[in-house]
Amino acid sequence: MTMKKIALAFTALLSLFAFINHSGGIYKTNTGNISFYSYTPVKDIRASNHKVKTAFSSESGQLQFSCLIKDFEFKNALMQEHFNENYMESTTYPKATFDGFITSVSAIDFNKDGTYTSEVTGKLKIKDVSKKVSTTGTFFVTGGIVNAKATFNVNPYDYNVKIPKMIAPKISESIEIIVDSDYTSNNK
Amino acid sequence: MQNFDYIHVLRIKLILFLAFFYSNVFSQDLNLIDDNESKEKIYTIATFKTNRIVNGHSIETVAKNEFDFKISHRFGVVGNGFYDLFGLDYASMRMGGDFGITDNLNVGLGRSTVQKTYDGFIKYKFLKQSKGQKSCPITGVIMSHMGINSLKWTNPERENLFTSRLHFTHQLLIARKFSKNFSAQISPTLTHLNIVKNNNLANDIISIGIGARQKILTRVSVNFEYYYILTDQIDENSVNALSLGFDIETGGHVFQLFFTNANSPFEKGFITDTRGKWIDGDVRFGFNIARIFDF
Repeated sequence: MTMKKIALAFTALLSLFAFINHSGGIYKTNTGNISFYSYTPVKDIRASNHKVKTAFSSESGQLQFSCLIKDFEFKNALMQEHFNENYMESTTYPKATFDGFITSVSAIDFNKDGTYTSEVTGKLKIKDVSKKVSTTGTFFVTGGIVNAKATFNVNPYDYNVKIPKMIAPKISESIEIIVDSDYTSNNK
Repeated sequence: MQNFDYIHVLRIKLILFLAFFYSNVFSQDLNLIDDNESKEKIYTIATFKTNRIVNGHSIETVAKNEFDFKISHRFGVVGNGFYDLFGLDYASMRMGGDFGITDNLNVGLGRSTVQKTYDGFIKYKFLKQSKGQKSCPITGVIMSHMGINSLKWTNPERENLFTSRLHFTHQLLIARKFSKNFSAQISPTLTHLNIVKNNNLANDIISIGIGARQKILTRVSVNFEYYYILTDQIDENSVNALSLGFDIETGGHVFQLFFTNANSPFEKGFITDTRGKWIDGDVRFGFNIARIFDF
């Protein structure tokens, strides 16, 4: 009986240790920024979302993003409505997510101020379509705060975004996505 | 013997635990983010494609600093046939616009050929349909409209008061977007006429508007609108305004193409002055063009 208790206590202790050790390496924010730009000779469209939830593990390098489509703000309210209602169908597909890895996370010293770069690769999911994307991320470490920036391009047609022929010249087939977030470690 | 068993169990537990721990670290399933969007309040958008259903107002408002320029045409009656090219020989129109002071407060002005009417309104959205935390099932709007009939006096020899030219319509618009394609609206309406033809007619007329839209394509919807006047308020030749049409959206424009028995594009007109009966072919083709300008 005593042995069983010790075993249980040991297991519990180990789990606790594992948990602390694990969460120690997690950096996150709920106010990440994602902007997109669509440049065509006819029209420039831009929007940004400042309520992006994102986190990464400094140990495994796993990196995640999640944002609500309706949080993308346009200068033009009608354009924002059409973006949600006609193109992104945000009632049916409310979120866009990214789940991937900072490939060479071990080369980044999060305790030492500096600028590091690493390839970031993973799956971007928009309108229930998952596609592999990869880009180079830049990580600026200053006093425990990690600012991460990355730019990549997506084609709306890859993600089941339907664009009428008449509108097609106004929307780029290579939409630039700019990601910029300040992460803080949750054990500081 | 007993002790050995415990150690054995402990070992298995440890192995299982470690396996679980490592699988967690290296699997894609690990959720780093607390990502529960049900906590978020999400307002319903695009209950209708534009701020009119057909003749009457919908709960939609134009956003702050946006101007929605509207041209509304109603042609002659279809029932006169080919000689009038199904009514296209005749047209009445209203030119006007809605402006967003805030996202929820709109004002508008217009001028119609019918009774040379100048009109203005103020419209306020006080309730927004939403889901998530503190959700709300409906959108509510109040709308107050005033029109000025600027025709020459029919009897210039008698004393005529300016106030006789005025009429008012107040509406409570309640709408719900039931699904991404279907929305419906009910609009209790009070119309006040400063002058009526005789003592038997009421100055205050209560009616109820019913409107609905069903999207049939991403950018096209079918719209229905009916204004029911509660009985014994108005002269017997009046009929209820019934309209059926399409909304077609093309980026910055919304085209509304419809058939209606009302001749008048402003509230008092289509609610109380409609005389045409659908069964007699007293139906008119009409269209509204809405163009949004951004300031």
